[in-house]
Order: sequence, then C-alpha cells, then structure tokens
Amino acid sequence: MTSPDQLAQYLFSGITIGSIYALIALGFTIIYNTTGIINFAQGEFVMLGGMCMVGCTHILRLPVPAGVLISVACVVVVGLLIERLSIRPAHGASVVTLIIITIGVSITLKALTAFITKDSFTYPPFPGPEHVRIFGASMPGQSLWIIGAACCIMVLLSLFFHFTIRGKAMRACAINREAAYIVGIDVETMSFLSFGLSALIGAVAGIMVTPTTQMAWYRGMDLGLKGFCAAILGGLGSSPGAVAGGLLLGLLETFGSFFVSGYKDAIAFALFLLVLFIRPRGITGRGR
Amino acid sequence: MVQGSPFTVQKLFMPGTGPRWLPYGVLILIVAAAPLVFSGRMSYYLSILSLAGIYAVVVIGLNMLMGYAGQISLGHAAFFAIGAYTSGILSTRYGLSPILCALPAVAAAGSVAVLIGIPTLKLKEHYLAMATLGFGIIMYTILRADPGSMTGGIQGMPNIPPLQILGHAADSDRAQYTIVWSTVILVFLFSTNILESRFGRALMAIHKSEVCAAVLGINVFGHKLQVFVLSALYAGFAGFLYAHCSPLKYLNPDDVAHVILSIKFVTMVVIGGMGNRWGALCGAVGLTVLPEVLRLMSSLLHGISSTDIEMACYGLILIMVMILSTRTRKRLLPIPAENTLTQHPIRQ
Repeated sequence: MTSPDQLAQYLFSGITIGSIYALIALGFTIIYNTTGIINFAQGEFVMLGGMCMVGCTHILRLPVPAGVLISVACVVVVGLLIERLSIRPAHGASVVTLIIITIGVSITLKALTAFITKDSFTYPPFPGPEHVRIFGASMPGQSLWIIGAACCIMVLLSLFFHFTIRGKAMRACAINREAAYIVGIDVETMSFLSFGLSALIGAVAGIMVTPTTQMAWYRGMDLGLKGFCAAILGGLGSSPGAVAGGLLLGLLETFGSFFVSGYKDAIAFALFLLVLFIRPRGITGRGR
Repeated sequence: MVQGSPFTVQKLFMPGTGPRWLPYGVLILIVAAAPLVFSGRMSYYLSILSLAGIYAVVVIGLNMLMGYAGQISLGHAAFFAIGAYTSGILSTRYGLSPILCALPAVAAAGSVAVLIGIPTLKLKEHYLAMATLGFGIIMYTILRADPGSMTGGIQGMPNIPPLQILGHAADSDRAQYTIVWSTVILVFLFSTNILESRFGRALMAIHKSEVCAAVLGINVFGHKLQVFVLSALYAGFAGFLYAHCSPLKYLNPDDVAHVILSIKFVTMVVIGGMGNRWGALCGAVGLTVLPEVLRLMSSLLHGISSTDIEMACYGLILIMVMILSTRTRKRLLPIPAENTLTQHPIRQ
C-alpha cells in the first residue's frame, strides 16, 4: 500500500463490498426490530435474489429491468411464505427455538437451490461504462450500480420509516412491541411486512453483487454472517449503525486482506467477536 | 423432584421411581446384538453404527448444554475438529501411540473451550448463537488455510494409525464398533450421573430462569461455563475416536469442522427432544443412518444427490420439531416442560 492510487483502489472496493454488507445488515435490523428475531436465513434471500436473476437472464433471457423486478418479487414471496409457514406457527416460542427454526429455513432453502443447480453462475454487469477512474482508482461500472442501489434503498427506507403510517407502525414495534400492540398496531401484520421488506433488500443485494463475484447455492451463509457481523458492529437494531457497520466491515476486510490474504473470513469474525466482548452495543453505541 | 406427581413415562428413566436399570439393560442388549446381526458381508453397517456412536458422544454433551442448561452452540464441530486434529497430528507427525493421544485431544478441546467460553457465555441467545457460529467458521478457516503446515489444509490428513489395544491394532469394523459403543455407554452413564446430581438440577434451574437460579444461590456463569467446557470435552473425545476408530483413517476440514456438521449435531439434539438423554442417543443414530437409507433409495431420486436431500431433511426436521414443540408445549418425547418464565408477554 504505497501509492495513493492503490489506497484509493482499496478504499473504493471496500466501499463497494461494504454497501452489500450494509444492505444485508439492514435486512437483519428490520426483522429484529419488528419481531425480536434474528433471521439466520437472511443470507439465503441474497443468494435467492442472485440465483433468480441468473434464471431470468440465462433461461428466460429477459432484459435487465424486467429480470430485476421478477427476481425481487420472487424473493419477497419466499420471504412472506417463510413468515407464514415457519415463524407464525411457532408463536410464543423461546428465542433459542426461533433461532433453530430460522437455521432450519436457511438450510432448507440452500438444499432446495442445490436440487436445481450446483453450479456457480454470473451474468454481465448492468449497462454503463465498463470502468470508471476516480482519484486514480479504476472501478468497475458495477460498483457504481451497487453503491447507487444501496444509497437508493437507504433513502427509500428512511422515507418509508418516517413518512408512511406502516413505516411508523414498524418503528413503534421496534421501540416497544407491547405498547405498540396496546395502541392498536397489528403487530402480526408488521412481522409479516418486515419479512417481505427484508427479503426485498436481500434480493437487491444479491442481484447487484452477482456480476462482481459469482453466485452459487452455498454463498448465502457467508454473506448472511458478514451482514450480521456488520449489524453487530454498528449496534444491533440501529439502521444507521447497520450502514456504518457494513461500510466499516467492507473497508477493514479489504485492507485486512492486503496483509493476511488467506484469512479474509476470519478477520470479519475476529472483529465481530472483539466487538461483542468489548463494546456489545456497537460502534455507534445505539444497539440493544 | 417427582414425588407426589402422577405417573409418567418419564419416571421410568428417573432415579428411585421405577426399574431404573431396565432401559440401560435394553440399550446394552441392543448394542451387543448389533454385531451378531451385521456380521460377515454386512459388517459395513457396523462402521456406520460406529460413526453414529462417535456422533452420539458429541450429542450427549451438546444435549447437556442445549437441553439442560438452555444455551446454544452452533460451533461444536470446532471442538470435534480440535480433538480429531490434535490426536491426528500427535500420532502421525510425532509418532505418539494413538491411545495416549486421547488425553491431549480432550485437553486441547477443553482449554480452547475455556478460552472461548469465558467471553462468549456472557452473551445471550442470538449473540451466543452467532458467536459460537463465528468461532466454528474461524476454526474451519484456520484448518483449511493450514498456517503451520500441520493439518494438510484442504487435502486433509491421511494414514492416521488405528488404536492399539494390548498390542493389537483395532482395525476391523467389529473392533472399532466395540470400542466406540463401549465408550458411548460409559459416557452415557457418566452424564446421567452428572445430570441427576446437584449440578444437573442447577442447570435446569438456569434454563427455567437465570434470575431465579441466581436468587437460589446458583453461580449462573460458573455453571454455564462448566457445562460448556464439559460438552467441549465430550466433543474433543469424540474427535479423538473419529480420528482413530473410523474406517477412513483420514481427516478433512469439510468432514470434521464444517458448519453443516455443527448444525447436524444441533439437529440430532433437537430431534430427540432437547433435554432428553435417550432422545439424544436415538437422534444421533437416526440421523447418521439417514444418509445411508437415502443412498439406498438413490435410484428413486432421479439424479438428485443424496447429500442435498439430507440437508433438506435436517432443515425440515428442525422447523417441524420446533413448531410442533411450541404448539403442543411439549417435546416429541416426555421431558421437562418448556421454559415459560423468560418469554415475551405478547408472544405467549
């Protein structure tokens, strides 16, 4: 890491992957705030988003916008079905039980995808310049799409949470589910919605990240865990924290892999354990 | 503990309330009969039962942690791997007699568990689940990356010597079966005694309510740490058995340290009904035999690989058992009632 060009290169690739982690972390945060559940199947939403898009581009040969819409819709339906079929029936279960259920969902989705295909896929980056030069760093055009999509989602989410009645109701659930229930908010519907919303964000992350890496049936768990690390880094339950945690994790991982290349995954988890032990409320101090 | 309550099947397995030794007698009979049934050409099935026995040791330990103390670990394959690799490295690279490796293998798993447990067990629920999962993934990454050129990395570690007992190498399926299952029975009796002691009752109290347990004078953190380390010792010992008593004589991070293995252990505990010792034993055997059954049916599966079906089965089992258990407020088998004190009022 000698020249400033190289530094910029690392910085931008860190921000790119960090945006993906931030999106996944937001997915965790939304479900956790509304229902109190950590959805261990969050990473599978990302994987399914990528794989649906692969289906749309390779088999159906749809144009990009139609493919994105269809893939997101499919994953949202999966998310809603999960809530109805596995979370709702276990009403009143202890946290450990719910953790085990979402793990079950995660490996079932993984196995079902593996039934269909076990290959890794990718598709061409979305339309735009192939490479962009910023501050001497050369960024692939897809990075701009990723960062742009992440920014859009964050803006839309904060609008949703602050200016719509449903968004406000979900925030009320996050503050205190009991009180929300007492003032007449339908807590169950909010839980249903939170799974849909979280699946939507996960699907977008998966669709955007697939051209830069590859997508395969087993990628969900990695991505999901990184997203969870990001959520913890920022303080579980805090949306700005999730974004900050995602970006920080992306940067640390990119710069860290410069020094110890074989242990990229271990960096994220070592950091995660460190934060849990030293500052469990996250770097922003807003977590619960 | 059960005095004055109505008769339940559960009482059969409790001390002083019935024919306490009957189930153990049946267990020993079944274990002894298996080599007679699977003899000759069918001795391949004995090696599968040996593997089931090895997993059973892990599951008995994990059941104490999950079923009795109400904690969760998604990283138990890591302790299994530590035991297996410690024993494998000592016996192949340093030429130590395999049987002498048992102690270092168990000690290594135990000491790592102390180091990990002290910070981790201060965490609860989601955090504990993720922290143990993260630890499991770090361990898997380290074994694959092979920093000290000891573990063989992705290629794995071949030619691990079998156990030597009284100058004979326990090399046949039958000998391995005998060694594994006699240790399983000993381990099972040992943990039954632990769980029916003051320690076991303290764990159940912690599961019910940590606050109540603390008020009753139970050292909550100390007990959690002890049971965590104990379950890691079991896993380490099972790892040692896996290294020397399985027909493969081969260790590979994907076989012994993968996250899926940790989840498999959790599934085995869950399917037996968390907190049920006999259930844990049945869960371990059932889920180890499942892939073999699937392999036999592979002609019916039209090219879908049996490992994928196995994974889907684990997933569905976890979901179904957990939903059923919350809906009926009991597990599939009769065992102590679910933790109700710590639940969120609205979700009740």
